[in-house]
Amino acid sequence: MPTASRDIIVSNSLGLHARPAMQFVDTANQFRSKVTVCKEGEQPYQADGKSVMQMIILAATEGTPLKILAEGDDAEIAVKKLAQLFDDKFGEE
Amino acid sequence: MKLKEFIISEAIVPQITATDRNAALRELATSLANAGALPVDAVEEIVEALIKREQNGSTGFGKGVAVPHVKHAKITRIAGTIGRSAAGIDFAALDHQPVFTIFLLLSPENQPQQHLQAMNIVFSNLQKDIFRRFLRQSATREAIVDLLEEADQRP
Repeated sequence: MPTASRDIIVSNSLGLHARPAMQFVDTANQFRSKVTVCKEGEQPYQADGKSVMQMIILAATEGTPLKILAEGDDAEIAVKKLAQLFDDKFGEE
Repeated sequence: MKLKEFIISEAIVPQITATDRNAALRELATSLANAGALPVDAVEEIVEALIKREQNGSTGFGKGVAVPHVKHAKITRIAGTIGRSAAGIDFAALDHQPVFTIFLLLSPENQPQQHLQAMNIVFSNLQKDIFRRFLRQSATREAIVDLLEEADQRP
């Protein structure tokens, strides 16, 4: 099974609150791949990238490093599109 | 962060009388104001902000729960409350199911990290089937407060 991953840093000042979490899940659902978002540190957590609740539980504040993992035949493009959301700060400041 | 650090016990509404989303938001915000957690004259403004937030994307994340929330200049200290509706309320939820439990969360504008921590603890609990089930069965304020205390004691 093809896999792809990318390390990103949350760069919007409000962090990964509900709206960007939902935007991420909406995008993840456009792909067949399984998507996982991992957070290390004091509160490590592995979120299912297709679950809004789990993405909110990440509580990823500005500056938090995260790893996006995808597993499936469209893993490569999925990771690229999902990482782009963070690069674009989810359309926020 | 613990639930008891921001859930205002006196503002919990074990039996919501409202039957639609906007009225439920108003009922819960009013309850928070009556408990002294926000200025009474700010209720309408807060309710409008909550409704606007819902219109931008429902906070009914599925499984019978909704977590309406807003960051607002009139909020000086993070405050939340819980409402239960036995009949269920249409929140335009992601899974198209009615909402039986509402966690309302109001945060100051300038503390995004605290807001994320509060959302973290709310959703960590709401993700547990047993927590949702017990909450839905807790018909009194005392029962809900007990459930929250138990949840806070679990790691």
